[in-house]
Amino acid sequence: MDELIKMTATELAAAVANGDASAAEVTAAHLARIDAVDGQVKAFLHIADDATAQAREIDRKRQAGEPLGPLAGIPVAVKDLFTTVGMPTTCGSKILEGWHPPYESTIIQRLRGAGAILIGKTNMDEFAMGSSTENSAYGPSHNPWDLDLVPGGSSGGSAAAVAAYEAPLALGTDTGGSIRQPAAVCGIVGTKPTYGGSSRYGVVAFASSLDTPGPFGRNVLDAALLHEVMSGHDPMDSTSIDAPVPPVVEAARHGDVSGMRIGVVTDLSGDGYQPGVMTRFTEAVELLESLGAKVTEIRCPHFRYGLPAYYLIAPSECSSNLARFDGMRYGLRTGSGSAEEVMAATRAAGFGAEVKRRIMLGTYALSSGYYDAYYGKAQQVRTLIIQDFDAAFEQVDVLVSPVTPTTAFALGERADDPMAMYLADLCTIPTDLAGNAAISVPCGLAPENGLPVGLQVMAPPLADDRMYRVGAAVEAAFESRWGHPLLAEAKGVTA
Amino acid sequence: MSVTYEEALQKYEPVFGLETHVELGTRTKMFCGCTTVFGTEPNTQVCPVCLGLPGSLPVVNRLAIEYAIKIGLALNCSIASWCRFARKNYFYPDMPKDFQISQYDEPLCVDGYLDVLVGGSTVRVGIERVHLEEDTGKSLHVGGATGRIQGAEYSLVDYNRAGIPLVEIVTKPVPGTGFLAPEVARAYVTELRDVLRSLSVSDVRMEEGSLRCDVNTSLSLAGSGVWGTRTETKNVNSLRSVERAVHSEVERQAAVLDAGGRVIQETRHFHEDTGVTTSGRSKEEAQDYRYFPEPDLVPVAPATDWVESIRESLPDLPSARRARLIAAWELSDLEFEALRNAGALDVVESTVALGASPADARKWWLGELARKANDAGIDVAALPITPADVARVAELVASGALNDRLARQVIDGVLDGEGTPDEVVQKRGLAVVSDDSALLAPIDEAIAANPDVVERIRGGKVQAAGVLVGAVMKATRGKADAARVRDLILERLG
Amino acid sequence: MSITRDEVAHLARLSRLALSDEELDHLAPQLDQIISAVAQVQEVAADGIPPTSHATGLANVFRDDEPVPCLTQEQALSEAPAEELRRFKVPRILVEE
Repeated sequence: MDELIKMTATELAAAVANGDASAAEVTAAHLARIDAVDGQVKAFLHIADDATAQAREIDRKRQAGEPLGPLAGIPVAVKDLFTTVGMPTTCGSKILEGWHPPYESTIIQRLRGAGAILIGKTNMDEFAMGSSTENSAYGPSHNPWDLDLVPGGSSGGSAAAVAAYEAPLALGTDTGGSIRQPAAVCGIVGTKPTYGGSSRYGVVAFASSLDTPGPFGRNVLDAALLHEVMSGHDPMDSTSIDAPVPPVVEAARHGDVSGMRIGVVTDLSGDGYQPGVMTRFTEAVELLESLGAKVTEIRCPHFRYGLPAYYLIAPSECSSNLARFDGMRYGLRTGSGSAEEVMAATRAAGFGAEVKRRIMLGTYALSSGYYDAYYGKAQQVRTLIIQDFDAAFEQVDVLVSPVTPTTAFALGERADDPMAMYLADLCTIPTDLAGNAAISVPCGLAPENGLPVGLQVMAPPLADDRMYRVGAAVEAAFESRWGHPLLAEAKGVTA
Repeated sequence: MSVTYEEALQKYEPVFGLETHVELGTRTKMFCGCTTVFGTEPNTQVCPVCLGLPGSLPVVNRLAIEYAIKIGLALNCSIASWCRFARKNYFYPDMPKDFQISQYDEPLCVDGYLDVLVGGSTVRVGIERVHLEEDTGKSLHVGGATGRIQGAEYSLVDYNRAGIPLVEIVTKPVPGTGFLAPEVARAYVTELRDVLRSLSVSDVRMEEGSLRCDVNTSLSLAGSGVWGTRTETKNVNSLRSVERAVHSEVERQAAVLDAGGRVIQETRHFHEDTGVTTSGRSKEEAQDYRYFPEPDLVPVAPATDWVESIRESLPDLPSARRARLIAAWELSDLEFEALRNAGALDVVESTVALGASPADARKWWLGELARKANDAGIDVAALPITPADVARVAELVASGALNDRLARQVIDGVLDGEGTPDEVVQKRGLAVVSDDSALLAPIDEAIAANPDVVERIRGGKVQAAGVLVGAVMKATRGKADAARVRDLILERLG
Repeated sequence: MSITRDEVAHLARLSRLALSDEELDHLAPQLDQIISAVAQVQEVAADGIPPTSHATGLANVFRDDEPVPCLTQEQALSEAPAEELRRFKVPRILVEE
């Protein structure tokens, strides 16, 4: 393996800034890695034609003495849900095959401004609906720990790309756990920022009130670096919060939990949780206690209604958000006859099974006569979950739980069992419903199968820095115990 | 079997309501910064937001909210202290997102009223709600008969209008107006239009579609107090059509009921050419709009200070204008109402401002021009003649350069597109003959040809001179000044 | 059964999805299962609990009425499946709105 691809984003940024490595070399190393392993991982849907040109422009700037951004020369893999100019945006769907948006998302513009090399677009569950990338119209991605396993989802391509050293950083979106769950099962770091902390403009909507763009990195500091660049108020997004970005990089540099009050959510454990996941989670809690944190147990009685509430709210919003894919203005058009017939034929041919399921579920939940019993009730559950969080955060600074009840499952195992698939998001959903922030940090391998387990740290809205502090402390303590980053044990990919 | 309006009214009591859509005159669209200029090249005033491109997001135009509050206040509504936008979900090619951002159970303004004057008395029309939404794109239907959607082979969509802010003003049902229902409906829209114009929130041009009405009509058996099933007539795009639509629906529904049928709750389309409505989509089949709060927008909670400062900025409303004009022009209520209901208030006011006397301005617009507009089936203000033209005609008459008969010919010329009044006068050679010497020959001829009349005049019956004046006018093809001719004849006969 | 196959077919029409009989047969029991599961939200005693549609608590987010550049006509039409007279060409429309 080329040394450059093993370096962290933070190290690469320093190397490019100092002239120890050129952006072109860094980019070439990653393109070579993609060439070598993506046939196995299938993390990418599209590789940027102009990656090398982007890198040369950074090098030119450096030589000309022009200021360089904080991500100058660092390749970033982009979930194929962010609109990009010069690269297609498919959302993992046949209905948008070959769509070239005429505009670019705010976050992509910010990344370009920060000097990032947008190296390619990554695979995902169609329109971010799924927990395995198996719902991609372009075939699944594979887990770099074991190619027969799913990399999680929906941002599975981004997680797999980072875990397979194809890019040091990646962008994802989290609606019910779509960043944290793949990060956990791929053994990397993934963050769902506070809702409204990162702009949704140009991020193709799945469920508007939940969708939150966030970063992936191989360590906590790298994730913080991308988090800080991508965040901040955007006047193009009405739900964007006009407040300073929490000091996440600073927090990630100073992992320290002494005196911190940490709550273990007892409701996120028990039946259905894989023993090895609970073993590693319990160890992580003990570790935190040994580092000086004050650990207490916290009850969040309404979290158990999070999953059903989520599977009403997200499909309802998606049934409306995805109406526009009707074959009239862009994307696939198929069928003949009237506009109504062409729309119905296009949507039937262009959407996959899970998307159809959710559209119909959402249509049902919003229908007159059912609204109050389903959508209305789910919105009330949302209030109750927020109240659970509020009560908890009066007692503790952060909450912790496993990220997902199991380690990575096998490709095909849950593909046509929606209810089983939905359980993957059990622990991550409450944060999305409440609009809080949460991070997934590796906390070891499950003894029974040697697969990575993630620790979820949840923070109140706009207190994203707290979870980075905890994450950095856990990461440092574990890595000194293990003697290396967890990812060093991933052996699924051969190069 | 048909039923006349008079017959219908003997048995039934009409109840109507109006939903009026007004395009606001903001510079930019409701949820994006695209401009709103009318009539530009297709698909040039669009952006990712109003084209509904994946990933785009709406942001509310503050001025549109302000305009809607203004309208609400002018219509005596309460302004919500907190409200939200909602999505109205239905698939349609001219709607880029396949949902419309609108307001559902939380409108910005509720529970107001507008007083309208009909037949010299005031009718209070209740306002149910005023809410904001976005307009759709416009389709061109190709291949069918006369550009209609029915029978077209395909359609071509221009999204320039998509996302233009619309205010929807919904009345409460208006019962109890009896025979006058069509007139009250028209008077309401007229008054509403005048209110909106005075607020400067819209150009309220019905012919360009910036003010459009849907008319709900139902009948109740006289004295029963039970309202029947209502129909919603769309596509009612002139003041005259509002009146005709109610009129025609009353007749149609009465015929259905008299024949033992039942009125179906449905959308109907009004046809300007025939004045009747035809059935559209039946509302009974599956329109489920699945409204829910728009998750891409946050609530609107207008601060009391803001609302009060808007209230203070309200201009003179039409009721104040009415008082002012009635005093200045020395009108009765009925005379004012006639002007207003003819939709002639603005053109008359402009004509007066350009120098015509109020009496002359009213005479031309309510007389000759109102007749022409009626014949053409359009509003008087839509005639191809400007207040400046009418003021000039009045000036020419006042100066003696034209008489009324010639003036009517000048107006015909202007309406036929022959140019300004002065150009028409010149082209048609319409000036009054003011040279006395040119009149002497026809006068002498008239005297010679009517010895008996001359006898009577000489015998003291001066009014008999009218016969001679008529003969002279005929001989001069009306170009003479009749008063002058009369003077000359009397002078001649000693 | 919380939902019948006919209701599923109706939902498909409402969602503009031309599903085959096989798809309907496959989807109906799955939707039935999911709906039964999500109906759990009805167990919650939520009397007097306000609904949350949004977690941010933001209100009154506006923009000024200032024009910004539009897309060019070429950009606007660049992805149109069919185009004529610089407009989006769509099949004939049956249902009037």
